[in-house]
Amino acid sequence: MARRHLLGLQGLSAAELEHLLDLAESFEDISLRAVKKVPALVGRTVCLLFLEASTRTRISFELAAKRLSADTLSISGSASSVEKGETLLDTARTLAAYRPDVIVLRHKSSGAAHLLARHVDAAIVNAGDGAHEHPTQGLLDLLTIRRHRRRIAGLKVAVIGDIAHSRVARSSIAGLARLGADVVVCGPPTMLPVGIEALGCRTTTRREAAVEGADVVMMLRIQKERAGEELFPSDREYAAIYGLDPAVLKRAKADCLVMHPGPVNRGVELHPDVADGPRSVILDQVSTGLAVRMAALYHCAGGEHGQ
Amino acid sequence: MKHAGRLLLDARALDRTLRRLALQILEGDPLADLALVGVRTRGVPLAHRLAALLAQEGLTVPVGELDIALYRDDTRSGRALPEVRPTRLPFSVDGQAIVLVDDVLFTGRTTRAALDALMAWGRPRVVRLAVLVDRGHRELPLHADHVGLAVETTRAQTVAVRLAEADGIDGVWLEGA
Repeated sequence: MARRHLLGLQGLSAAELEHLLDLAESFEDISLRAVKKVPALVGRTVCLLFLEASTRTRISFELAAKRLSADTLSISGSASSVEKGETLLDTARTLAAYRPDVIVLRHKSSGAAHLLARHVDAAIVNAGDGAHEHPTQGLLDLLTIRRHRRRIAGLKVAVIGDIAHSRVARSSIAGLARLGADVVVCGPPTMLPVGIEALGCRTTTRREAAVEGADVVMMLRIQKERAGEELFPSDREYAAIYGLDPAVLKRAKADCLVMHPGPVNRGVELHPDVADGPRSVILDQVSTGLAVRMAALYHCAGGEHGQ
Repeated sequence: MKHAGRLLLDARALDRTLRRLALQILEGDPLADLALVGVRTRGVPLAHRLAALLAQEGLTVPVGELDIALYRDDTRSGRALPEVRPTRLPFSVDGQAIVLVDDVLFTGRTTRAALDALMAWGRPRVVRLAVLVDRGHRELPLHADHVGLAVETTRAQTVAVRLAEADGIDGVWLEGA
């Protein structure tokens, strides 16, 4: 049987994106039931291979697999033989001997999920590969926007922050552009990768221009663990020029949604009054993420539709 | 619209059958806390029609829509998984008297899945089953409480229920030999 992977949102058609969003919407009610579990994936095995630090995404995938009644195997970087020098492919082939139906992979290198998909007989779900893609985070951004605005086509979406290091940005921008949104990407020149327009977006280095008339503002996390790269002089300077505060937000539409993939650096990219304000849908994104990950696992565990 | 196969119920007969089903439901259980739950796909419009007929008799009942894809028993490893749609139950299932509504009762496996799906939402006081057509060939120990039309079939035949809401035409046909 041909395997169905979810490696990225780049390259998916509008119809495929809409199908995944519809599927995720169908899974939302599972978390509202008295019994928050369905037998859909009974007898199937989902392997969570997280070779880079992650708490939020890992627990979201783990709970998603459990709510679908799949068996889960969880392996994290520090506890694995990766520490002993085993290569990714050897680790994955060892796991494949247990015949998992799905492997969910988080890895620091771009393209790691694609590599597994070529060499291992399991459906691969990319849970973040380097600075490349994070498709379930992109889908939950799309679904959060669609739920609040009913449609994505025609919306102006500003994506502000460290685009160069953000796999979330790449997935979200590709999905938004494919579904017809007008995407404006904004950040300091050191954080705007060359050629990002190929995903179907415009670019600017002026925060005010990006936010002007926006329906959605997506703020990206400043990755302090990468501060050694000196992409900007100081947190305070970044906040003053690229942060989202109530005054800047006034330039957006009155009902503008504010999104952030978390965890938030309060006072750096996002002013606390905006993070906790009425426009913020950040906590919606978390619960939506669970439904999206159930949809991703269900979609991939099923293989190609035979009928 | 032309349709292959033998006509079992035309539009008028289908309407008459639904009226009879509605009366059976009225005369059945004690009616406090009654709700109808349609099994997707064609059980849903049937449940809404039955609710409209009950309303004509002065009884207002809520209608739910149940998707059973995640509870099917024919989705073992190595097979394609069915499409999933949302379940909508605009009432608490706990303590309710629920009439499950489906178009055709055949092996009983759909009904088994529907019962499991329903129980995940709570503990109803009583569950009854109303079907438009009972075509026999049960594979599980289940029966319908309210049957619109019982018809003899062979296993290879198909009972095609067409409803205006989904198909643009009302009627029931028996297809194949």
